[in-house]
Amino acid sequence: MKKIISLTVNGVEHELAVEPRRSLLELLREDLGLTGTHKGCGIGDCGTCTVLVDGVATFSCLTLAIQVEGCSIETVESLAENGRLNELQQAFVDQGAIQCGFCTPGMLMTSTELLRRNPHPQEPEIRRAISGNLCRCTGYQKIVEAIKTVAGENDE
Amino acid sequence: MSDYKLLNTRAPRVDAVDKATGRAVYTDDLKRSGMLYAALLHSPLAHARILNIDTSRAQKLPGVKAVVTHHEAGIEPYGVSPARYDETIFCHDRVRYVGDEIAAVAAVDLDTALQAVSLIKVDFEELPLVLDGLTAMDEGQPQLHEMYEKNICAEVNWHFGDIEQGRKEADLIRTDRLTSKMQDAAFLEPQSVLAEVDSHGNLTMWSSTQAPHYVQRTLAMALKIPLHKVRVIKPAVGGGFGPKASCSTGELATCLLAMKTGKPVKLTFDREQVFLHSRARHQFFHTMTTGIKKDGTLSFLEHQCILDGGAYASFGIATVYYAGSLLGGPYRLKNMKYDGRRVVTNKPACGAQRGHGAVIARALFEVQLDRLAEELGMDPIELRLRNVMEAGETTCNELFVSSFGMREALEAVRDSATWRQKRSQAGRIRRNGKGIGAACGFFVSGAGYPIYRSQTYHCTVITKVDDVGGGVTVMSGAADIGQGSDTVLAMITAEELGLSLDDVKITSGDTALSVDLGAYSSRTTLMTGHACREAAQDVKRQILAAVGGRLGVPPETLDLRDGLVVSLAGDIDFSALREEYLKEHKGFRDLPSGPQLTFREASRIAFLELGSIVGTGKYKPPKLGGSFKGATVGTSPAFGCSAQIAEVNIDLETGEVTVDRITGAHDCGFAINMTQVEGQMQGSMMMGMGEALMEQVQYDQKGRIVNANLAEYKIPTSLDMPHLEAIVVESNEPHGPYGAKEVGEGAIMPVIPSILNAIYDATGVRIEELPITPERIIAALHAAKNALLDSK
Repeated sequence: MKKIISLTVNGVEHELAVEPRRSLLELLREDLGLTGTHKGCGIGDCGTCTVLVDGVATFSCLTLAIQVEGCSIETVESLAENGRLNELQQAFVDQGAIQCGFCTPGMLMTSTELLRRNPHPQEPEIRRAISGNLCRCTGYQKIVEAIKTVAGENDE
Repeated sequence: MSDYKLLNTRAPRVDAVDKATGRAVYTDDLKRSGMLYAALLHSPLAHARILNIDTSRAQKLPGVKAVVTHHEAGIEPYGVSPARYDETIFCHDRVRYVGDEIAAVAAVDLDTALQAVSLIKVDFEELPLVLDGLTAMDEGQPQLHEMYEKNICAEVNWHFGDIEQGRKEADLIRTDRLTSKMQDAAFLEPQSVLAEVDSHGNLTMWSSTQAPHYVQRTLAMALKIPLHKVRVIKPAVGGGFGPKASCSTGELATCLLAMKTGKPVKLTFDREQVFLHSRARHQFFHTMTTGIKKDGTLSFLEHQCILDGGAYASFGIATVYYAGSLLGGPYRLKNMKYDGRRVVTNKPACGAQRGHGAVIARALFEVQLDRLAEELGMDPIELRLRNVMEAGETTCNELFVSSFGMREALEAVRDSATWRQKRSQAGRIRRNGKGIGAACGFFVSGAGYPIYRSQTYHCTVITKVDDVGGGVTVMSGAADIGQGSDTVLAMITAEELGLSLDDVKITSGDTALSVDLGAYSSRTTLMTGHACREAAQDVKRQILAAVGGRLGVPPETLDLRDGLVVSLAGDIDFSALREEYLKEHKGFRDLPSGPQLTFREASRIAFLELGSIVGTGKYKPPKLGGSFKGATVGTSPAFGCSAQIAEVNIDLETGEVTVDRITGAHDCGFAINMTQVEGQMQGSMMMGMGEALMEQVQYDQKGRIVNANLAEYKIPTSLDMPHLEAIVVESNEPHGPYGAKEVGEGAIMPVIPSILNAIYDATGVRIEELPITPERIIAALHAAKNALLDSK
């Protein structure tokens, strides 16, 4: 039996009929066509599906759509403004933090939350923040460097 | 310093913006109107006879459009190596591992497809299991395949030089062992497939593959359709590292379902299926005996290896050869004997994974070098430096190294990591919990021969100039799976044509465009790089010939730079060409107006003269290697080499290992893109560190994987990884485009042994079984303590 929910995704309000067991990840990818949010495992192990729910980094694969009734969701598609990359995205591009790109949207959302909470995190805090987001390509080095660039830590 | 505008820089990847904005399209992001969803029935048993398959209830479920088994798929065998075709699309008489595919369903949605799979009834007669690679060959063990007597799937017996002579010359000889575990590549994007058949019977499959060309061949062969009716397209791929190079039952079954239903069909693996399909790193059991002279010169290596390959051959024939052949370098070693056997067991099939076949062999050999150095009282880096090969030398197994920055790499890491200050007296170790260890590596820069026997070009590239002028499109079958080959092709093309990266469009990973053997054996930069350069130069020649003809000047006095046609022989009057171009573009804005003819004008004028301008390039290596059996595996037009130093800190109470720093240097010949070379090195360090310290696919007694997920199959997180220092060495490879050669896999070679050697320095105990868990360290420390007490 479907349930009607309303939520805001990237600033746009939606009213949707969803099955009670539909995940937020499925809602984003299947119902709204926002395929920037990825599914790497579906069980909360890899972090590729990370989005912000009312500003909090959240695994969308473990979140039911009906749980986010009335919430504001931010996905990777919301980061660029007027077709221009934001500072964090630009740092990922410039620093070589992106290889296969499958973890990138989740990494960006997790670090967006971190930088809103603390605009100048030190490296240990950065590493702690993204430790729930797996990356198999970069060894995390260039991802950490990209976040540090934005955090103003790379000016040495 | 180079004169290049783009090459050797840190140009951002051409696909980075799409990946940073969520616009990049991976296979599972694709949707077609009327698309069906597929699901697979996997065997729940590791070894059993199939008595009956009843699909009647599944067929009747509303929403099910097709159910296929071996009845529909046929039972003709296929595989990777023609001499070892040991797989069928679906099992018909026997299942050989938990996960072996028995049937597939296409339905209107995934829930229905999964429900239908659960309604398929299979009657099994359980068979005894073979789960241990070491005993799989023993008398009385059940046999998995008729074609593999004693479960031996492949055997290599090599003898180069003269082992007995080497033994006589050696002053010091020792034997050591190292065992590893089956690994999972743990790429973040699970395999995904979308297949559809058009009204002309053309099958198109989008797939997260590393090797579109090989997969195209397998689909055509196994599905019995002509090759030219099969097209494989690779969208963005979320990492591969080897396992995505082999064609999967997922791909075959999805295509079959699309053919049966006439509808587009999609299948995406869940994470457990990634583990079940595997085709990842084998389990290796290595024994090595190495002899050395007092002065540190290597005398011989005698090497035995057993590979547990799981249920099928896959890429494993190459694996067993690589496990032996790549010890030919990077040291001068005149005498080498190798006896390798790959056995089949009732576990998921293993195949290629980063550093194909050679990673654990390298680890043990480098550990042996450290132990020999210790016994000689020699610094282990000094011992290595005494033995490293130089450019122009050939290994005992006939691998020719045309460029070789091994010495430079080793000295670079030694100095960067301040080895001399940190390492205690030569040959002595510390045992205080802090350790530092070094190791080297050696790897191919593209396999010298294709997987199937053929004179085929390994790659072709077509570069077409826009008919309207202004830019070019590069068409290539090469597979960018995240390593960045599209960026390499764009940089080479832009460099040759004097264009900006924004004016070069890359279309790739599509078998309709060209033949390219794919992303494996670290081949793309060298091989497709050559073809790409040739295609761009072909385009340039045609444009300059046409423009030179119109201007009445010899084409060789013209060049393309910075988006302009440059005259090398003084000013030329090109006003007629500009006038012609402007006349064509009345009412357009942003028209060329500067004092030089632009590429935009020149390429359009050339089109007006010649019609479409298409440049082509191709590459295949010359004949390489010796004439002995299996000599092709290990050959390459060039070889990469690398050195690394790991620094560890060990809690001697708990056995917990912290890696504090890894310093690596890799000789990539010439860095087309500096950032990407470092990225490959750092990614290799991470995968190697995971394999050294935590990664292992674990099985229960029934052959079921107990950790088929990314929580219990541990890979390093950002908290596990230390600072990774990547030093790029450039030796200018004569056989590589612009001097470039590999980095993608070679950089993983020294990781495990440098950590093993550092742990020995820290503890004084040797670990002979990977991964190096705290339990193994504690057990080894206890054993050492007891041995000490016993001796007193």
